[in-house]
Amino acid sequence: MNHIPTMPRPNSLRQGPDERGRFGTYGGQFVAETLMPLVQELDAAYEATKQDPSFQRELDYYLKDYVGRPSPLWFAERLTRALGGAKIYFKREELNHTGAHKVNSCMGQILLARRMGKTRIVAETGAGQHGVATATVCALMGMPCVIYMGAVDVERQRPNVFRMKLLGAEVVPVTTGAGTLKDAMNEAMRDWVANVTDTYFLVGTVAGPHPYPAMVRDFQSVIGTEAREQMLQAEGRLPDVVIASVGGGSNAMGIFHPFLDEPEVRLIGVEAAGRGLDSGAQAASIERGRPGVLHGNRTYLLQDEDGQITEAHSISAGLDYPGIGPEHAWLHDIGRAEYVGITDDEALAAFQLCSRTEGIIPALECAHALAHIEKLAPTLEAERIILMNLSGRGDKDIFTVAEHLGAKL
Amino acid sequence: MSRIAQRFDRLRAEGRGALIPFLEAYDPDPATSMAILHGMPGAGADLIEIGMPFTDPMADGPTIQAAGRRGLLAGASLSRVLGMVQEFRAEDAETPIVLMGYLNPILAYDPARFCLDAASAGVDGLIVVDLPTEEAGLLSGHAAEHGIDFVRLVAPTTDDARLPTVLRGCSGFVYYVSITGVTGTRTASVDELALAIPRIRAVTDLPVAIGFGVRSPAQAAAAVRAGDAAVVASALIDTLAASLDAQGRAGPDTVRRVLDQVRGLAEAVRAVRRPAPTKVSDGIGDERFCLDGPVLES
Repeated sequence: MNHIPTMPRPNSLRQGPDERGRFGTYGGQFVAETLMPLVQELDAAYEATKQDPSFQRELDYYLKDYVGRPSPLWFAERLTRALGGAKIYFKREELNHTGAHKVNSCMGQILLARRMGKTRIVAETGAGQHGVATATVCALMGMPCVIYMGAVDVERQRPNVFRMKLLGAEVVPVTTGAGTLKDAMNEAMRDWVANVTDTYFLVGTVAGPHPYPAMVRDFQSVIGTEAREQMLQAEGRLPDVVIASVGGGSNAMGIFHPFLDEPEVRLIGVEAAGRGLDSGAQAASIERGRPGVLHGNRTYLLQDEDGQITEAHSISAGLDYPGIGPEHAWLHDIGRAEYVGITDDEALAAFQLCSRTEGIIPALECAHALAHIEKLAPTLEAERIILMNLSGRGDKDIFTVAEHLGAKL
Repeated sequence: MSRIAQRFDRLRAEGRGALIPFLEAYDPDPATSMAILHGMPGAGADLIEIGMPFTDPMADGPTIQAAGRRGLLAGASLSRVLGMVQEFRAEDAETPIVLMGYLNPILAYDPARFCLDAASAGVDGLIVVDLPTEEAGLLSGHAAEHGIDFVRLVAPTTDDARLPTVLRGCSGFVYYVSITGVTGTRTASVDELALAIPRIRAVTDLPVAIGFGVRSPAQAAAAVRAGDAAVVASALIDTLAASLDAQGRAGPDTVRRVLDQVRGLAEAVRAVRRPAPTKVSDGIGDERFCLDGPVLES
């Protein structure tokens, strides 16, 4: 179901990265020599595997019967009426097993890891959605897994920490730095470098050394491929705007990629503006960062004048990262996608609006995209269509939201 | 001939290997780290490696991560690291200085300008951990232009097929990362080194330094028996860290304790006698030194 053909075009935007893993000048393989042979091995293994029809069949089986794909496309009628403007559709990735889009890539990667003969999985997690999805597929495959998670995130995402433990994962709180996703990523890479023979690093987003940005995007593109078909069935045409929240950017790349060659479809990535884009407490790498190199790739990064990485801030743990996937950096530079910022407060308001109008409690990450829709939809005519990736459910966030609303649980 | 090549030539003539102690710039403060740097040659350092602090040192274990954090808190930046080297060079024109760090601060500084400024400060070599050969073009041309050796890392995971690629454009010496892991964690066995080093020697005449997990005088001695130099980092920083007070400030004996440890390491390294060089022909008229053959201990 995830091979809806789009004919390759001579000047397609969907053919990246190049053989060096670059999207324009972004991406690449900036890792220590110890890891270089491993990322090259992974690149070769992924290239061979994705051509293998038996791999696709295997993946399709798990996506359908275990993950629950295809996820529905939902016309958010009450929200549309409440905002008064463009029609709003949700791609319901929060209905996947484990409650977010993360499992799409985890399923693909765990099958690849198994084919590569790897017997142990390490992963980083921010909000814990990727950690839960990783722990889930590891339980399914009977593989031991270690999840690195910033100590601050462990505190603000307690339900997910407990879930991971129930699933048999070892959760290691990381106390270095600010104790968030960036630090968890550092620690996961350190684990990988120390356990090179048996361990597969299951990256959660479209960042890291090549082939991760391309591979995770490919596995997540099932979102946009399905949504495109579903939209054609529902409306007989493509959406005018596709919107998704962006931290590392996997849910956005997943829904953007199948639309890259449709110039009439506007693509909008919503970054976390935290307490305000110019407050010094935000996670808007494209709007407030500069190109640099971190975690294996060249991309936009929050950094100071000396090239030291600065701490990101967002109410949403999944967006609290000072970088962004290299393909987003490139799409921004060439003007194919737009990137905007939404503050913590705007996201909190949208979180509540969506819960009350649609009966869907969205993840705080998605609430950022919803908040931008609140601004955009009323400015568009009623026949316009906005498609949003509702990439995760918000049950994990109720403690954070309760605290901000002054409620005691 | 570069200062690094001269130094290795001299040591070869003396029949011994090199000790390369490491310090993190500005750890725990500029004056203490400068005093350690000044004292290292007198304590027996043959070359010196200076760490350039970075917020996200992915190849480093907890000890060097903490050193980097202390350095950054004390105000370290690339231009201040170069300032340290310049101050050192006013007193010592011979001991080679190699800077080790991560790519992003160098990109922020501008690679061309960094190599120019580093050369004029008196830097001899660069090791950039997250810049593999495949991406090295960002820096290697500028380094060569300014006479700075571009030292490459070789790891246990670097197989024979990949070795020539990794060493393409390498100069000064080869840095063998002797374990798969981060700094300061485990130590390679003598047997592991005995297998690994000849693989490197088969493709390069450059001296081979062994680092990651070299902590004690005995381990440093083993490293110069198998290779040409021992790099000691985390063990020295552990000593420094243990001498700090509760607020992380240097104690009265911080500098002395680190330099005493360097002295002990240097003694062990110097006690390993290596065979006098024999000139051999490689068959195409070019002459080089042969360091193979049994290594004797005095």
